[in-house]
Amino acid sequence: MNMEDQALEITKTYLEVVAFRVANQDFCFDLKSVREIRGWTETTILPHAQPYVKGVINLRGSVVPVVDLSERLGLGATDPGPRHVIIITVLGSQTVGLLAELVSDILTVAETDIQPIPDMIDETVRKFISGVLVIEDRMIRKMELSTILGSDIG
Amino acid sequence: MDKDEFRASFFEECEELLEAMHDGFDQMATQKHDEETMHAVFRAVHSIKGGAGAFGLNELVAFAHHFETALDRVRSGKLELDAGLLDLFRHCGDNLTDLVSAARDGDTPVSGTPALRAKLDKVLGADGLAESEPDEPDFEPVTLDFGDLGLSTENTSGLTMLFHAEPGLFVCGSEPAVLFRAMEKLGSFAVEADLSKVPSFDDLDPASCAITWTLTTSDDVSRDDVAMVFEFVEDQCTLDFVSISNTDGPELSDIGISDDLADIPEEFLPSAADLSEPHAGSGPVAAMPGLDDQNEPTASVQESDQVPNKESEAKGNAGGGGTIRVDLEKIDKLINLVGELVIKEAMLAQSISDLGASSESDISVGFESLKSLAGEIQEGVMSIRAQPVKPMFQRMARIVREASAATGKKVRFVTHGEYTEVDKTVVERLVDPLTHMIRNAVDHGLEKGAARAAAGKLPEGTVTLSAAHRSGRVVIDVSDDGGGINRERVRAKAVERGLISASDTLSPPEIDSLLFLPGFSSAEEVSELSGRGVGLDVVRSEIHKLGGRVSIHSDPGEGTTFSISLPLTLAVLEGMVINVAGQTMVVPISAIQETLQPRSTAIHDIGSGGRVVRNRDLLIPVIDVGAFFGFRAEPVDLNPHVLLLIESDDNHRYALVVDEIQDQRQVVIKSLETNYHQVDGIAAATILGDGRIALIIDPDNIVRGSGAKLTGDLNLQMAV
Repeated sequence: MNMEDQALEITKTYLEVVAFRVANQDFCFDLKSVREIRGWTETTILPHAQPYVKGVINLRGSVVPVVDLSERLGLGATDPGPRHVIIITVLGSQTVGLLAELVSDILTVAETDIQPIPDMIDETVRKFISGVLVIEDRMIRKMELSTILGSDIG
Repeated sequence: MDKDEFRASFFEECEELLEAMHDGFDQMATQKHDEETMHAVFRAVHSIKGGAGAFGLNELVAFAHHFETALDRVRSGKLELDAGLLDLFRHCGDNLTDLVSAARDGDTPVSGTPALRAKLDKVLGADGLAESEPDEPDFEPVTLDFGDLGLSTENTSGLTMLFHAEPGLFVCGSEPAVLFRAMEKLGSFAVEADLSKVPSFDDLDPASCAITWTLTTSDDVSRDDVAMVFEFVEDQCTLDFVSISNTDGPELSDIGISDDLADIPEEFLPSAADLSEPHAGSGPVAAMPGLDDQNEPTASVQESDQVPNKESEAKGNAGGGGTIRVDLEKIDKLINLVGELVIKEAMLAQSISDLGASSESDISVGFESLKSLAGEIQEGVMSIRAQPVKPMFQRMARIVREASAATGKKVRFVTHGEYTEVDKTVVERLVDPLTHMIRNAVDHGLEKGAARAAAGKLPEGTVTLSAAHRSGRVVIDVSDDGGGINRERVRAKAVERGLISASDTLSPPEIDSLLFLPGFSSAEEVSELSGRGVGLDVVRSEIHKLGGRVSIHSDPGEGTTFSISLPLTLAVLEGMVINVAGQTMVVPISAIQETLQPRSTAIHDIGSGGRVVRNRDLLIPVIDVGAFFGFRAEPVDLNPHVLLLIESDDNHRYALVVDEIQDQRQVVIKSLETNYHQVDGIAAATILGDGRIALIIDPDNIVRGSGAKLTGDLNLQMAV
């Protein structure tokens, strides 16, 4: 990573993002929001919660809700298994776990590489993303955490 | 210490001084006071004035000065202390309290000041006015830091000390010359400056003082006197005594820091009474040092009596009187960690039982001792947060006085168990409900003078506030010796308000409980004092939020007692671990009245999907917890389930259907709101032995949440 950093042009602002997969689509968001990534653990169901709130887990003594990203993005509910991951994110004072299929990469991208959302993206996903990155042959959607963890979560 | 810290410690000190002042007034009221009580009150007010002056709190200084002048009159015998004057003093004390809190919080000045000043002026007479122009306070409120005691005996008849000023001394506007001049007034005095350490001009640090002064006094100057002079610059200088005067204090056989401290009255030590232990109120706090020379001899005599036991206390801790000031956050962090410990312990217990280890095996024995250690740590940590209820009780004394003045009823206020310790948060959050209940007791509880006379009671009503620990909880009682609850009137009112129907038969306790219903206010006319739309229902829900319960006991003609029962801490809860629809949940034990097997009880359908269970001649509505939370459809057959009888906020009983009772144990309360939000029917979360989260049920909330379905059941229950 260090070597790579040095090779970067100084004139551009760079961003580190964590890339992950939800319902066979690639997403990413700012690495700074990620506190840790852990495997799936059974959650305790929260009554009267939104369907995409999978429940709460114990994160070293804190009660942290887990959001099923797939369900949240309108891509169908996930049936979580041991291969799934929970990305623990911090937004403001809130800690929330996001359920994803896998975490693929941590990427350093220039902000200028983020392109506007193309028309081909689903209408439901569109409102949660702020742009796309094209890396090799993959299209990675940049997710806006604040819309994911909107007021109906916290 | 920067200025803010000084300020904070000044206000903390004020709290203690005010407490001492109120204590003094209480003693005066009982006639058991002596001269020293008056001195203590005077000193408290005087010290507040001094500190306030240093912080430029002019209004506070002006009032304190007036107040102090009046107190001084009484102290010096020029004025007779009668009930009227004591009453005025108490009001002034209250006003002083207000001024202090206004100064601390930066609020607008207190309105009562001019009126009280006028009253004080009247008491003081014309000459008092002339005298009572606030003098410029010329001192700084801090305590003394005495360094190590030297061994020199060359001057046994006087005191020699080395004085060195820290930069802070100048920052706070003090000036060694002023201190020396003050020393001069004590008796013959010499000062010599040691300039040897003064650096060359280039190396000079203008903020620090390189000069050390050697101060020598004649033998008639005691160390207490010196301590008085340097009292307000304690933290900003070092003062090392290099010889000891034999005329003062006990002979010191062994020279060292602890003896050094032992010779100094405790109140001169830094933060002597901070985080004060219960007993602290009677001793050092009450005897805060005065600054008045004529008063001091009396005080010193008293204080020197305490020296022998102070010595042992001071040994081993160079701090003040064995207490330290700790940031609350640090304690809370510790409490959180202890919470984790309790959880881990439960996890370990589970793993050990899964291993099938016998109870004699090393691992089980080791775990047991670990468990008891963890228990002790938990208790110890919780006790750090515990505070005596005394300051709160003192605030209530004031409420009583105000209520008494507003209603024109004469009230005697009695407190018991004021050193009972309760969690700090609990104490803080109890203030509002208690204020309300105390006002109620005076306003509604006590009869008017004529009615009391007719009932053959003393014209003076009594309101008693008591606190005690009882079976792991704190019980606070507010009682009055008034006429008791007028059940006829309560009942009529409840019917009028549509809370019950006219044909309902209610037992006396049930009628009493009606007072807690929302919107109920029993006073005939809404008085200015209580009955401002805030009813006992608010009191009750406040107490419920603290995990407490409140009940009424009333005897006609004898009086009424409100009992509040509270948990000792808000961090841990005694809970029943239950299963419902495959989920593990926790129900607070405090809510559960009893558990029932549906098999042995009669369950009736009452149409519209509701069910009731018959228990002791009551028909109790049944609520399925699983269905309430949407975990399952309401079960048709309740036989395989368990019923938990709970009593709700409005004193009605409900039966909660759960599947199985697992265990009863202490659980650590974890907030759900930190990362999520409030959930209906859920009070908080906890972490179980397997590391998973279990939700803690809020039974009252469930009852309210399912209220629509149960409307009408209330009357049904009462009609049976």
